[in-house]
Amino acid sequence: MEEILSKAKKLAEQAEVFQVSSKVTPVHFEANLLKQIESKENVSTALRLIKGGKIGFAQANGYIEPETLVEMAAETYPFGMPAKFDFPNPKVYPKIETFDQQIDNVTVEEMVNLGEQLISSIKQHTPDILCEVSATKGTISVNIINSQGGEASYSKSFFNLSLEGVLIKDEDMLFVGDSYSSCHPVLDLRPLAEEIIKQLELAKRNVIISTKQMPVIFTPNGVASSLLAPLVSAFNGKLVFDGASPLKGKLGEQVFDKKFCLHDDATLPYQVASYPSDDEGVSSQRTPLVDNGVVSHFLYDLQTAALANTQSTGNGSRHGGLPTPSPSSLIIDKGDTHFWDMVKDITEGLIVEFLIGAEQGNTLNGDFSGNVLLGYKVEKGEITGRVKDTMVSGNVYQVLKQIEAIGHETRWVEGFLSTPCLYCTGLSVATKMV
Amino acid sequence: MQGHKADYVEIRLEETQITRIIYRGERLEEVGRTASLGGNVRALVKGGWGFVSFNNIQNLRDKVELAVRQARLIGKEDFKLSQIEPIIDIVAAEKSEPSTIPLSSKKQLLEEYNDIILSTPKIRTSNISYHDSQRKVTFASSEGTYIEQNKADANLRLTAIASEDGQIQQVGLSLGSQGDFAAIGGLQEQVKQMAQRAVDLLSAPQAKAGEYTIVLDPVLAGVFVHEAFGHLSEADHVYENKRLQEIMVLGRRFGDKHLNIVDGAAVPRLRGSYKYDDEGVPATKTYLVRGGILESRLHSRETAAKMNEKPTGNARAISYLYPPIVRMTNTYIEPGTLSFEDIISDIKEGIYARDWYGGTTSLEMFTFSASEAYMIRNGKIAELLRPVVLSGNVFVTLDNIDAIGNDLQMNQGGGCGKRGQSPLPVSNGSPHIRIRRCLIGGS
Repeated sequence: MEEILSKAKKLAEQAEVFQVSSKVTPVHFEANLLKQIESKENVSTALRLIKGGKIGFAQANGYIEPETLVEMAAETYPFGMPAKFDFPNPKVYPKIETFDQQIDNVTVEEMVNLGEQLISSIKQHTPDILCEVSATKGTISVNIINSQGGEASYSKSFFNLSLEGVLIKDEDMLFVGDSYSSCHPVLDLRPLAEEIIKQLELAKRNVIISTKQMPVIFTPNGVASSLLAPLVSAFNGKLVFDGASPLKGKLGEQVFDKKFCLHDDATLPYQVASYPSDDEGVSSQRTPLVDNGVVSHFLYDLQTAALANTQSTGNGSRHGGLPTPSPSSLIIDKGDTHFWDMVKDITEGLIVEFLIGAEQGNTLNGDFSGNVLLGYKVEKGEITGRVKDTMVSGNVYQVLKQIEAIGHETRWVEGFLSTPCLYCTGLSVATKMV
Repeated sequence: MQGHKADYVEIRLEETQITRIIYRGERLEEVGRTASLGGNVRALVKGGWGFVSFNNIQNLRDKVELAVRQARLIGKEDFKLSQIEPIIDIVAAEKSEPSTIPLSSKKQLLEEYNDIILSTPKIRTSNISYHDSQRKVTFASSEGTYIEQNKADANLRLTAIASEDGQIQQVGLSLGSQGDFAAIGGLQEQVKQMAQRAVDLLSAPQAKAGEYTIVLDPVLAGVFVHEAFGHLSEADHVYENKRLQEIMVLGRRFGDKHLNIVDGAAVPRLRGSYKYDDEGVPATKTYLVRGGILESRLHSRETAAKMNEKPTGNARAISYLYPPIVRMTNTYIEPGTLSFEDIISDIKEGIYARDWYGGTTSLEMFTFSASEAYMIRNGKIAELLRPVVLSGNVFVTLDNIDAIGNDLQMNQGGGCGKRGQSPLPVSNGSPHIRIRRCLIGGS
């Protein structure tokens, strides 16, 4: 890294080298049987430089001659975007716990056992189910150095246990699933097994729902698969700056229900989305996005923050290219209503567990529309069964403007969203006519 | 690869060069280059797979040993991959213009498109994302196959974003090619129309949710056939699932006798075309559905052996970081005889849906979204609608296709995602088709 930086410094006014190495071991089960064990090692090195006020960029996956990487970056800066920022000076980063040594001690045999036990506990409940299970452990090490003397480095461990099950009866397919992630080894399979069994219980029989506007309870998985994509783009400082977010110009305004609070937090201990430094050497922080329904902040990297005349929130994140604003962990605050009290309140409504395709519409405008992969009908205060061939559509700005109730418990979904159940009204539900 | 007591071992080495240009509004957001070098080893022992991926291509023998050790932890059954003849071949890229055309020329073309978008009144901003890649994959197996394949790919996505009174609407256009830069040139008129449509959507109404007779244009019908049927034809969903095998039994009727669905990398010069798949199996052209009847499915060597069917050359990996899995290549509905007029003329009330935002499937249920939609009233195209998301059930919807046009077109933009491997270059296509009773989400 030092060699790349010193060569780049000879050419450019400022330079930064970012390197991430990872070692990941996934164990896969297919159709209830152990299928494949993998071992993946990857190193990638990215060089960003500023010359003549413009940004050049090149990345190498695997080994590359330092000279070559510098030449590649040098080819791009004449066309690059004007840099509005300086690379960060040396600083003291917050101490964020993201590494658990125990990950190294988990053997492949233990991961195989974990998968087998998980599958056997689900099969005990539903013998005909076919499960795909993945147990994955990994470690990542991130290093950043720049020409201003800035230096950041940290290690992260992670573990993920996930299950997708399918139960086929005649031509009816029922899909259930869930996953848990942590920087600690996830060796207790009970929470996952209990969740899957709960889904199987609630989906035991198929029922028909009406085509009309009705109340919907989004479970934590339902929030992730229905409402999350439009929210993530709405709070991206870059889309706000470009006017591609409906929240542009809405800072300080009441846009959402008073009960709705949302923040981004990269400082939570042992969460897989946490970090002490973002991918360009800015300290991580907790950033409130919505306080009691009022829009309070957006997420920024260095360049976007400079364009928008504000400060980076430590959300510069790389996805194979230059850093761009991305959430770390998103947290929706819990409310005070028990899930079953929400159910009791509904005459006819729907509980959404998984929606497919919801993120494939005009998410910029807040619109979502998807097929209910897993959802349950509520009738006169009781869950009566599973619905299918059904679509749910809405707009997050309308749906979250008046929230009927917020669940009193939260849980983590997909490793980066912590949310309670949200009970909303006036969703458009459409189903096939019999 | 020898001397490890494995049933089968393969090694893949890969070198890739990528150039990326991204505009957001007037800002040239990113010009970047990526070089990748890496490889993997896959080993099979008694039906269990070990897989090791790496950047450091030294000490391959140790990596083979690790993959074999992993596979041995799993292997319990007597199993052989389906037989193929060993092949020795070197395949050049058909065209590789994107790597020879200077950055300044690419930039000039993209800026011309961007200016067209941004000069349209009420357009707020734009997104332009261009990638091209040059890839050399060397594959060798313990059965004596040695193949070098050189591949080029170019992909362009343009989006126009309009806004007014807090409303935001967007329309996109995706194109791609196997290294033919001309395929993404000359789009000025299309880009202009796209930007204007984004503006028109600001005042367009939303469709009322419910069931409709719908007509799909060739681009969206291509996404439909990919999501609604293509994924279910991938044998890795079926080969270990006895119930699904009963449902997907060859010879079963899925649609009308005019319905023919094809997938094949051997169909030349499309984005999903190649000579050999990532297991070294020669590409084929496969009729998934012929005359409405399920005829065959897409296979890797493993799924073909397990189901006692022929391998089709559909095992693909997006990069050395992943093992090959069963994927589509170029998937399309063959043309029929009807004109567009014939298809819409007897529809009293329906929806004409064009172009795509995206699509996804659970195998049984699928959704696909149009970026352009119009009401059809009394056999005529009527008012513009906000983009619609359509949904169906594979066991019902294919049988509801009751008209197939004569105007097959292939779409080369976008890419396919499966098991974390995305976006894989594929192409989809179809003529105009009509589907009865298709479910649409809306107000």
